[in-house]
Amino acid sequence: MIGVVAYLIFFLSQGLIFAVCCLGLNLQWGNTGLFNVGVSGFYLIGAYTFALLCAPAGSVLLGGFGMPFIVGIIGSMVVTGIAAFIIGVATLRLRADYLAIATIGVAISLRLVALNTTSLTGGAQGFPNVPRPFGGLIQNNFDANLAFFGLMVVIVAVIYFGLEAMVRSPWGRVLRAIREDEPAAASLGKSPFSYRMQSFVIGSALIGLGGAMFASFLGFLSSDNFFSIMTFQVWTMLIIGGSGNNKGAILGAILIWAVWTATGSVAQAVLPTTMQVKGGALQIIFIGLILMLVLLFRPRGILGEEASVSRAVPKGLKKILQKGS
Amino acid sequence: MILPQLIADGIVAGSTLALGAIGLTMTYDIMRFANFAHGEFLTFAAYFALMFVSAFGGVQTFGPLTFGWTFIVGLIIAVVLTAILALVLDWLIYRPLRRTNIVITLVIASFGAELMLRNIAVFFWGSQSRFYSTAISIHREILPGVRMSADDIFLVLLTAVLMILLQLFLTRTQLGKEMRAVSDNADLARVTGISVRRIIRWVWIIGGGLAAVSGVLVGLTVQISPENGFSLILPLFAAAIVGGIGSIYGAVAGGLIIGLVESLSVPIMGAQYKLAAAFIVMLVVLLVRPRGIFGAKS
Repeated sequence: MIGVVAYLIFFLSQGLIFAVCCLGLNLQWGNTGLFNVGVSGFYLIGAYTFALLCAPAGSVLLGGFGMPFIVGIIGSMVVTGIAAFIIGVATLRLRADYLAIATIGVAISLRLVALNTTSLTGGAQGFPNVPRPFGGLIQNNFDANLAFFGLMVVIVAVIYFGLEAMVRSPWGRVLRAIREDEPAAASLGKSPFSYRMQSFVIGSALIGLGGAMFASFLGFLSSDNFFSIMTFQVWTMLIIGGSGNNKGAILGAILIWAVWTATGSVAQAVLPTTMQVKGGALQIIFIGLILMLVLLFRPRGILGEEASVSRAVPKGLKKILQKGS
Repeated sequence: MILPQLIADGIVAGSTLALGAIGLTMTYDIMRFANFAHGEFLTFAAYFALMFVSAFGGVQTFGPLTFGWTFIVGLIIAVVLTAILALVLDWLIYRPLRRTNIVITLVIASFGAELMLRNIAVFFWGSQSRFYSTAISIHREILPGVRMSADDIFLVLLTAVLMILLQLFLTRTQLGKEMRAVSDNADLARVTGISVRRIIRWVWIIGGGLAAVSGVLVGLTVQISPENGFSLILPLFAAAIVGGIGSIYGAVAGGLIIGLVESLSVPIMGAQYKLAAAFIVMLVVLLVRPRGIFGAKS
């Protein structure tokens, strides 16, 4: 029994880390229409920033700095946000599919940097000794995992309610207006570039936070954690849960993570050890197939987009507006 | 001293990029979406040819080249099968999604198709690198300071011949003219009775076929791996964008430029950052001149 609970906690912790990234991507894509295919790049920045700030000195040649956990979390969000700002200045004026090519290029380049700047990231040897949230306070492994899970629940809840308030505010409606009809929004005096940038930076900072929690969860980083497959997983989660819907983002994250884990276990149990690489390939093919079928037959995902109607609108009218969308 | 050699290497790599980028720029131009799965045509073609070559073996080779008739037949088979693969992909995924009229859905689908195809290649052919022949291709000094293998020279010549044939096809045949008409203005072309559907089919056949030649040549001169397509997709996009989306001459020029940039970046940034060099050039072009060198349309 305790084994099942322990596994469930472990499973859900990773699922909630994905949920954080998925919520960040939902702000960018679901609400603003920003086609960010560089999710793994921002995840990487958050993860390595956290590791560098919080790991004990000597973990890599130029770090870490042994800072407290909370400094690492805030630091990783700030650094990822700044990186997103710089990337955004260069790419956010581009057409949607150019943005996709540019962001995937950023993600690939960042992985090359992580692999080759050994003094900062440990390079091919990896980055060891990344601390867990409550460090020395909790000795028992099970309790530490439980505490981590609890922390993830709090983080996801805070982000969820924060984003819900934001997308329902006038600010959130401007984002959707720009997504739907840029010239119309611009003619009302809203600068599309500025709003896109805000959404891009906040969403990327959230993905960076996901990366920081991932680093702390694993305790060890390798550049292999940041291939484009991670981006693909988060996108699949968002599309299947329902882009434009924060509940959908969380649901999709847990659901797809469950499918991913289950197919992985099945492949491991069924295939002989010499075939494990092929098992990994089958896992990706299977998730890809689900994505294709959803895109073809239910493009709105499980939950679909939620209308964001102002609280100031009278109740009767609100119902009509929500039905209309 | 080393510069002529780097330029020669850049031209070899650039030739394969040019062949691959033509299909990418054509799909982008006529169907209006960035096909991330295009690189997988290169991967699959390399394996299609490998299956034929390893089934029939190649004992005798042409002079200094590392391959013989089986490879040439394998190359032709790869072109045909890859064109079929492109048509099947369009029929299964892209055509149904085109009806929904949401361009971005197509790009997401192509991103998913890329990962699926790459892993199908891993599943069937394994993840280790393969080669068409165990023969070592000898690099000889053909110009002062420039060493090239016979295979490299074959690659550059074949690319040049295909470019000339493509040019004749586009300017001299009815189909080629129709294709250019659709590229210029699809609505106007439709009004004059051109079947856009048929043109789209030919875009997949020609784009997929040229990608197949590129993929087999990469397999011949570098290696055959399931990662080939994905590791080339960024340089391919860079080539198409630098040249100007929709321009076939642009794709050729862009391919050569990106090949040269990658090669010349090696002594400056190190071989590990080749991909990043291609990306930076692409980003600069997007920012300074988004329509590329030869692109006419905005």
